[in-house]
Amino acid sequence: MEGGFFTLQDFMYFTKGVTYLIMVGALIAVTAFWLYLTDRDEDVTAEHEEE
Amino acid sequence: MSASRTAVSRSLLTPFNIVAGLILAVGLVITVMRFTGGLGAVTNLSDYNPWGLWIGFDLLVGVALAAGGYVTSAACYIFGLKRFHSAVRPAILTGFLGYALVVFALHYDVGRPWRLPYPFIVQPGTTSLLFEVGACVALYLTVLFIEYSSAPLEWLGFRKARNLVVRLTMVLTILGVVLSTLHQSSLGALYLIAPSKLHPLWYSSYLPIYFFVSSIIAGLSMVIFESSLAHRYFHDKMDETHRRETDGVALGFGKAASLVLFGYLLIKVIGLAVDNNWHYLTTGWGAWYLVEVLGFVALPCYLYAVGVREKNLTIIRRTSGLAVLGIVLNRLNISLVAFNYHLPSSERYFPHWMEIAISVFVVTVGILAYRFIVTHMPILYEHPEYKDAH
Repeated sequence: MEGGFFTLQDFMYFTKGVTYLIMVGALIAVTAFWLYLTDRDEDVTAEHEEE
Repeated sequence: MSASRTAVSRSLLTPFNIVAGLILAVGLVITVMRFTGGLGAVTNLSDYNPWGLWIGFDLLVGVALAAGGYVTSAACYIFGLKRFHSAVRPAILTGFLGYALVVFALHYDVGRPWRLPYPFIVQPGTTSLLFEVGACVALYLTVLFIEYSSAPLEWLGFRKARNLVVRLTMVLTILGVVLSTLHQSSLGALYLIAPSKLHPLWYSSYLPIYFFVSSIIAGLSMVIFESSLAHRYFHDKMDETHRRETDGVALGFGKAASLVLFGYLLIKVIGLAVDNNWHYLTTGWGAWYLVEVLGFVALPCYLYAVGVREKNLTIIRRTSGLAVLGIVLNRLNISLVAFNYHLPSSERYFPHWMEIAISVFVVTVGILAYRFIVTHMPILYEHPEYKDAH
């Protein structure tokens, strides 16, 4: 990769492109991780409704 | 010697006290050597490596691990999570002692420590990051001292002064968060000046953000870690409220730490992508970088999540130790291991044993101060005269 860029434009195009793709993955990953982290939490809203 | 005096002297001769006494004795001798013979007498510092273990460990690690104070008081007073209230005083105490020891250790490292106040009175130097770090640390140490002072004021019975300090809680908390945000990130920004000295895997224009986000992880993990140690060694000093709330603090802070670790992992990956540093991952330095990121960021993130899901406090408490170690490793990697990576091994820095001894001495002073304060002052319990008064 190191020798593959001849202009700053090339470098920015490649790194920005990869970063944007990672960001799409990150948005999905954060949502999935949040669900994994909290899906066993007690449902406070349901408890209030039962009361 | 009477029987009671024999019992007292025997109770003082515990293995902990003997070891601590030896460390203090060695530390005091080296202190005399440092201030009579100069830095060269006790350190391996050089023009290539002007910042060594005392900056890497005592300052960078000390400031990061003292972040529990602002994290906990922000959670309790700004975000209104009152169920963490019992964790605030121990966290403020750890923060205060942490910063006090940072300043104490800085006196050893700075060539002419009596000039520490110079940036404020002689030469403004406001364009320097070190000025900002110095100003924030000095101000935040003052803020932490005032926040902490409610405990000794209760202990000494100064009711009016104590009530005044408690009324200032919200202002002090906001000041604490602002000052911490500024100087935690600025400590990372200090290394922005050395792009050719720090290995590309650790150097990033995002260093200030990395330092700030990882300080939140350090603060959250340190509160869990310290509370588990306090539970083991100072259980008799805790009141019922503290014992009841401790598990909730571990679960809540474990969940927060897991989420922040996940975010930190993501921004580390983004840092690699922005600088296109992927190819370094296949080198020896890359292997060490992966040990740090996978072993001390991704692994504690996952373990915290498992602990929170299973409501397993043992996993959470052990993971907090791993996360704290990860912060220590990260700060040492940036300041010592990956710094000057291009120099031949003969020019590389390795701390002199007396530098390590002074760092151990500083930590021991902190532990002894913590033990004295927790044993005498209302830190892990509410003072009977001020129950529910804050």
